[in-house]
Amino acid sequence: MAKKKPKPSKVDRNAASDLPLLDIHDLTVEFATRRGVVRAVQHINLTVAKGETVGIVGESGSGKSVTSYAVMRILDRAGSIAEGSVMFSGLDLRGIPESDMRDMRGREMSMIFQSPRLALNPIRKVGHQIEDVLLQHAQVDSDAVSERAIKTLEQVRIARSRERYHAYPFELSGGMCQRVVIALALACRPQLLIADEPTTGLDVTTQKAVMDLVVELTRERGMSTILITHDLGLAAAYCDRVVVMEKGHIVETAASSSIFKKPSHAYTRKLMRATPRPGVSLRDLLPEGETPRPKATAKTADKKSSASKTKAGTEAPLLVIEKLVKEYPRQGGAASFMKMFSRKPAAEPDMFRAVDGISFQIARGESVGLVGESGCGKSTTSMMLMRLIDKTSGLIMFNGEDIGEIPARKFATLPQRKMIQMVFQDPTDSLNPRFTGARAIADPLLQLGGISRGEVRSRCEELATLVGLPLNLLDRFPHQLSGGQKARVGIARAIALKPDLIILDEPTAALDVSVQAVVLNLLQDLKDSLGMSYLFVSHDLNVVRLLCDRVIVMRSGQIVEQGATESVMVAPQASYTRDLLAAIPHPPV
Amino acid sequence: MTETSLTMTPAASAQPNPPVNLPPSNSVLRHARYVVEENPVTGLSFALFVIIALCALIGPYIVPYDPLASNTTATLQAPSLHHWFGTDQLGRDIFSRVVVATRLDFVIAIASVAMVFVLGGLAGISAGFFLGWTDRIVGRISDTIMAFPLFVLAMGIVAALGNTVTNIVIATAIINFPLYVRVARAEANVRREAGFVQAARLSGNGDFRILLMHILPNIMPIMMVQISLTMGYAILNAAGLSFIGLGVKPPTPEWGIMVAEGATNIISGEWWVAFFPGAALMIAVFCFNLLGDGLRDLVDPQRRT
Repeated sequence: MAKKKPKPSKVDRNAASDLPLLDIHDLTVEFATRRGVVRAVQHINLTVAKGETVGIVGESGSGKSVTSYAVMRILDRAGSIAEGSVMFSGLDLRGIPESDMRDMRGREMSMIFQSPRLALNPIRKVGHQIEDVLLQHAQVDSDAVSERAIKTLEQVRIARSRERYHAYPFELSGGMCQRVVIALALACRPQLLIADEPTTGLDVTTQKAVMDLVVELTRERGMSTILITHDLGLAAAYCDRVVVMEKGHIVETAASSSIFKKPSHAYTRKLMRATPRPGVSLRDLLPEGETPRPKATAKTADKKSSASKTKAGTEAPLLVIEKLVKEYPRQGGAASFMKMFSRKPAAEPDMFRAVDGISFQIARGESVGLVGESGCGKSTTSMMLMRLIDKTSGLIMFNGEDIGEIPARKFATLPQRKMIQMVFQDPTDSLNPRFTGARAIADPLLQLGGISRGEVRSRCEELATLVGLPLNLLDRFPHQLSGGQKARVGIARAIALKPDLIILDEPTAALDVSVQAVVLNLLQDLKDSLGMSYLFVSHDLNVVRLLCDRVIVMRSGQIVEQGATESVMVAPQASYTRDLLAAIPHPPV
Repeated sequence: MTETSLTMTPAASAQPNPPVNLPPSNSVLRHARYVVEENPVTGLSFALFVIIALCALIGPYIVPYDPLASNTTATLQAPSLHHWFGTDQLGRDIFSRVVVATRLDFVIAIASVAMVFVLGGLAGISAGFFLGWTDRIVGRISDTIMAFPLFVLAMGIVAALGNTVTNIVIATAIINFPLYVRVARAEANVRREAGFVQAARLSGNGDFRILLMHILPNIMPIMMVQISLTMGYAILNAAGLSFIGLGVKPPTPEWGIMVAEGATNIISGEWWVAFFPGAALMIAVFCFNLLGDGLRDLVDPQRRT
């Protein structure tokens, strides 16, 4: 970064047409940190031809996002391109002054970010945000700009675009927001689109719609696309070529049609094995050669016995839910403001039923999957079962006792609290940042475990061993642990009190696939050895299938289908379940 | 960017691979060193703080003159080798008085900040956590206090309760109350839905335990900044009250009174009578304001990677 290359002369675009659109040569990106210089990306070579779609796949920390930031030259202050060159249609991007670069972004190359809500300005109408981009790059004069913005919204299939032009981001759904972000990125017809995890956090049906849209729009415009994702299946389904990155290196580049058939690098094979897909069992996800624990070898037998136990236990199920309802008042700022001044008695209160009369049972030792897209009421249901929020009506019978009648506020200190525990979705958010791992695991033991302070440490170590957490990590704070290690702390905390039922709220949603494979196997091992029941809440049918005996599919607060996992997966009865299954990206086989 | 890498590289090369598990005391010191190295202004403010604290602790034993002893033969002398900061109308040594006054101002500031931290902080996090009536009551109380011009309110409280150091402390605490309530309320409110609070509930923690063991420690970094900023403000407020004749009574050495006494001498050319206590006041307030940033870096575990 010390010596600057001479400013490149403007290259004639037409003369450069035989060149690849983007040519990354020997790129190394460094970050200056407290612990010295970290090389996030090391000596990578990557080309993207005109009209080509390239997928960059890797787990967190593999340097895939950093590569794209380096191309856009939006690395933060501590990061810099140390070596190599980035040629964009014949121009060396490293030598271009920042003012020209600003011009290029959006017009020549643009980017779709991971979280559509964060990428949009929350207090500006989406139409105006599109206009900003158009005007910035002088694509259109100011009289015609609003018509052009509406047309852009139409192109990303936003219905009633004339009305939606006036919408604020918070008035649109997540999928709709991502479409607006795509509209922003494509408004100036750039040559290169970088999509950084564009569908993470979106439902699987929305993911399909968004990805189909991106591919269609870029194809018809002859644009090149770089799709950055952690999902090998998604990349293989939508890209021409797939680049696999690990720890800052490119380990494999292959056509997406061949990468699933004959992955050449060990890491690709590991990644592929770990990706949940139809027709594999839980144990198949672990890397080759890594034998499951001795307990698990008898797993099939275990499963049989637990299944027979399930049958024996049918007369007394662990948990019975009947006609469970949760209502929330619809909140409108203006409406409640008017209510303060109006003398008329309030009209029929406008209630929203998040959970609308659902009934199901969980037997002892059984694991049940609760599947649905965001907003279907699955989290509300789990919070009610967890007794963190109160139900509106219905029955929650646990172990023959009606725990639904106990107010949630009082439940925390009751002995029944021990019996139902939870593993949270986000392992980072669910650990107190000021508690060490040991302190987090000890918390339930100290409050409800009834064991003396002297024994706590040894019990913590026992639990850590059980969940496979190295003992020397127990004294670290959450921010010093990796995602998988934090997940293990969360699981150890949940099983500390030997509960009968554990609710798993998307426990692997924030984890890399290889870590997810390990954690899912760990959960299965724990269930086999401790005989707990699981309620696995997730949006991912492929993950639920691996762990659960039975599946319940929810939509808008109601159960649309429930049954044994295999029969739901193979022969879904409800059309909604079929939609969900169809939307999972299928790599070309 | 070049600047960062320049300052970073020596530190990095000195410890290429620091051991992962260090004894806690060592890591705290190391962290403190890092914070100071990264931001030299923090180091300056810590140094100033140590000087002020030393003056407050041992000031009365090291000063060259008795701060109360008047000397009619040497009134209003300019700064010299004998009297570093000169002398006042009664011939008292201003340097001795400035140093000795540190303790009183320091004690007032610490006592009032400690008081408002406990009361305002607890009221604020309860309001942010329980919401409902707790929030309404605490919120309206702090709104009411905010409705007064704060210094006038402090004057009124001291005038009504009586002219003592205790009442200055109480008045200073009351006028800072809304600041603490607002910060603590906002921070607690953000964290009340956090995953770790839910998890604490599952672990069998009652509301008050969650508040004290889980939420309070997590908002300490931001409260430390608040504490440091209000320390400066509390010193200024105490001096201000004394300046207008409410609060500490003469002849007790106190920066506010000394500035007030010296103010009349400025036009006649004896600037040092008001200047040195005023400068001491300014430096103290300046030091506490700078300290805030450094303290936040020190107590935040996220910074301790």
